[in-house]
Amino acid sequence: MKALIIISILGVIAMMAEVLRYKKLLVPIIVAGLFIALATVVMDWNTDIRYFNDMAYFNNYALAFTGAIIFITLLWMLLGQEYFKDTHTKGEHAALILFCLAGAIAMISFSDLTLFFIGLEILSISLYVLAASNKNDLRSNEAGLKYFLMGAFATGFLLFGIALIYGATATFNLQGIQAALAKGAISPLMVKTGVLLILVGLLFKVSAAPFHFWAPDVYEGAPTLVTMFMATVVKTAAFAAFYRLFSTCFISLADTWIPVVAVLSAITMLLGNIMAVFQSSFKRMLAYSSIAHAGYMMMAIAAMNEVSAGSIFLYAIAYSIGSLGAFACLHAMSSNGDESISGLNGLGNRQPKVAIFLSLIMFSLAGIPPVAGFFAKYYLFYGALMGGYTWLVLIAVLSSLIGVYYYFRVIFALFKTSPVSPEELPKLLPKHYILLVLSAIISLGIGLSPAWLQSLIS
Amino acid sequence: MLTLVLIFFPFLAALGTLILPRDNAKMYSFVSSLIQLGLTAYAFTLFLTQGADVLAANYEWVPNLGISLQVGLDGISILLVALTNILVPLIILSSFRNNYSNPSAFYGLILLMQFALIGVFAAMDGFLFYVFWELALLPIWFICLMWGGEERIRITLKFFIYTLSGSLLMLLGLIFVYLQTPAPHSFSIDALYQASLTAEMQGYIFWCFFLAFAIKIPVFPFHTWQPDTYTDAPAQGSMLLSGIMLKMGVYGIIRWMLPILALGIAEWGNFVMILCAISIVYASVIAIYQKDFKRLIAYSSIAHVGLITAGVFSLSMQGLQGSMVQMLAHGINVVGLFFIADIIQRRMKTRQMDSLGGLANNSPLFSILFIIVLLGSVALPLTNGFVGEFLLLLGVYSYNTWLAAICGLTVILGAVYMFRAYQKVMLGEVHERSVEFTGLAKSEKVALIIIAALIIVCGVYPKPILSIAQPALEEIVLNLQGVN
Repeated sequence: MKALIIISILGVIAMMAEVLRYKKLLVPIIVAGLFIALATVVMDWNTDIRYFNDMAYFNNYALAFTGAIIFITLLWMLLGQEYFKDTHTKGEHAALILFCLAGAIAMISFSDLTLFFIGLEILSISLYVLAASNKNDLRSNEAGLKYFLMGAFATGFLLFGIALIYGATATFNLQGIQAALAKGAISPLMVKTGVLLILVGLLFKVSAAPFHFWAPDVYEGAPTLVTMFMATVVKTAAFAAFYRLFSTCFISLADTWIPVVAVLSAITMLLGNIMAVFQSSFKRMLAYSSIAHAGYMMMAIAAMNEVSAGSIFLYAIAYSIGSLGAFACLHAMSSNGDESISGLNGLGNRQPKVAIFLSLIMFSLAGIPPVAGFFAKYYLFYGALMGGYTWLVLIAVLSSLIGVYYYFRVIFALFKTSPVSPEELPKLLPKHYILLVLSAIISLGIGLSPAWLQSLIS
Repeated sequence: MLTLVLIFFPFLAALGTLILPRDNAKMYSFVSSLIQLGLTAYAFTLFLTQGADVLAANYEWVPNLGISLQVGLDGISILLVALTNILVPLIILSSFRNNYSNPSAFYGLILLMQFALIGVFAAMDGFLFYVFWELALLPIWFICLMWGGEERIRITLKFFIYTLSGSLLMLLGLIFVYLQTPAPHSFSIDALYQASLTAEMQGYIFWCFFLAFAIKIPVFPFHTWQPDTYTDAPAQGSMLLSGIMLKMGVYGIIRWMLPILALGIAEWGNFVMILCAISIVYASVIAIYQKDFKRLIAYSSIAHVGLITAGVFSLSMQGLQGSMVQMLAHGINVVGLFFIADIIQRRMKTRQMDSLGGLANNSPLFSILFIIVLLGSVALPLTNGFVGEFLLLLGVYSYNTWLAAICGLTVILGAVYMFRAYQKVMLGEVHERSVEFTGLAKSEKVALIIIAALIIVCGVYPKPILSIAQPALEEIVLNLQGVN
């Protein structure tokens, strides 16, 4: 809870920066604030408190995810601070990112559908603006508009679903809904429709098929730093909310939604991976790969057993860290204006160390041991097999193989002998390099001792 | 503890090679592989004097999932570890005349490969085995990708996708077996051996495992990645792949399939035997028609390992013993052959046998060493190949006479393509360019002489190899007989 308050206050401070003329101090203030928020999360560890008449519920699950997204934001800040220093804006980028983060934390820790909805909206509306924040770029404008229109639709579905659930159970509270559903004396049609509508809203947020159409365009059009934030922090928070909602209050309706999630999970991972194969733009490939990763994580929600929470947590972190590294390279490339995979051609010969670290990141995303992505995938497969979803795991194996193909295209590009002159190669500034190395090392570290992260939640 | 040192020493050495100045990478990696060889010798004496128990170790890794760092060396493992640690210095020595770009990465990757291979052979935990199994793929893949021939991108992709698809199926099977182990579930080898699996389950899991191993070995029809990869890889890469890495597949069958999936093997063993027989004849016939010497070795390798696999699936003591001996023999011989191919290619800039000829005139020593390696490969008595193939054929014979007759063709066909190759390259008309063929350099001489010596020593006195593997293999065979 403290973290949520601190970050909301930080957002307000960022808004005032221009007016009160401390914009130069803004980045250090935000970094310090995020560190303090992270520290409060660590200090609150193992507390189990419900706040504001059970609106928010901070147990270890919520704390772990909160800590994770703050940590990811801090890593993101390595590159993101440049985005805050933009002279055309008056500190609103920083404020929007922080509000987005606050919304994400609210989504992670909700215990009441109202807070869930508020959190989701704070997150989404900030993101709509952020996606369009590159005002002079047509594609960025398109991304913002597209995201907003589609997002508004999904919000409508979600809200309608919440209303139906409220109509059936007369409460917004998760425990209340759970109790009401357990009693059973309520209109099943209303409840089931409500659950499915909420599911649609959430599937939109995590960009699962068939609600994924916005993702590639928005990811590609939005400024790279915003895309990076969306692919990591937002996705992690959306899955945390997804799991929290469906594992607690709708568990008794599992027969209604689990088959839907399982089938959509299979479709999402196949579709995301197959589409990614055909992309020549690195950024768009990462967008499709993020769809595919959403499909993998949905396996854990479909399996819904004691390892699900831990495996979603591990996977979200492994994927986010991997994405940070990949986007760091992408960001370095986009300063040249070339975002295609072939822009990396020959980098391996010029800068072997960069190539090795980027390869490690790609291994992690593709799920090859001993990097984090492998263990994350292992836990997912394990949970799904335990839940009896052998067919789903087989599809996941198949789509992982497709995944290897396009992640390896990046590695192949690195080691191609190319006629490109060294000046045309992407220039990695120290900050890119640091983020790349950090994310590779963290990936390797998680890969070598995956147990403790996963055991934080279980 | 010593086993862990054996596993992790090459890893540290690899890191060192990557960090230290690149000019010395060659020497540095060679010295560290010699130290590793010394450690292996020490482990060997411990094994002989105090038994396998001193070499076992068990540490926690991921306790909540029953994954541990459990390693050990029994008679089967220690032979393959020895093979690895003998071959790696030879492979490094064989590269002394080559000048690879970025040598620190090249030798670092070779040592990383050694690390992963020893891990595979020493792991006594299913999950650990899997991790090392996958890990072994990465360095060799990079070696092929960075120093391979013209078509390396297409070929390495095929290679990787092939092997990874097998591995992922194996992971699936492994998790499934794990879920059937007595509670609390564990990946430890003892727990996996006790998993209660019905015959139907075993039938499915059999394929999960077998595909992974069959692709690595490779057995027909999963071999299509192999000739391209062997041909296109740099010489040292081909040596690692064929000399050691394919043994991972055979080892996997002996270690993980025979004890766990006895019923599955009873159901599908026949089918696999037929696949092996097809492998042998098919690959041998294709080998006869090859023009590229390296490609010929690649196909001959398919034929040889087909027989090894057939020996394993004969489930007899002779077959298993033969497979152990022949794995060592084939490892040494094929490294020798690839080295010879490399020596020729470096001097003549071609491997096409039609444009070679009469090399024997220029270098008598080279032709003698070549013929020794060749005789080992075609299994002449008193060479290492003979002992292995004889036992293997005996094993297959006890399984089925007709199959033995078909598999026996390997000896005849092997002689045909090998001697034909020798004739084309070394004898016959002196090709105009053959005049330029210079004698062996010192490092080449040393490496080839050691290989030739190993071929003869193992052929004349194979008893130590047989007696070391005996107890572990007997246990497996007894267990199989108990089930059937």
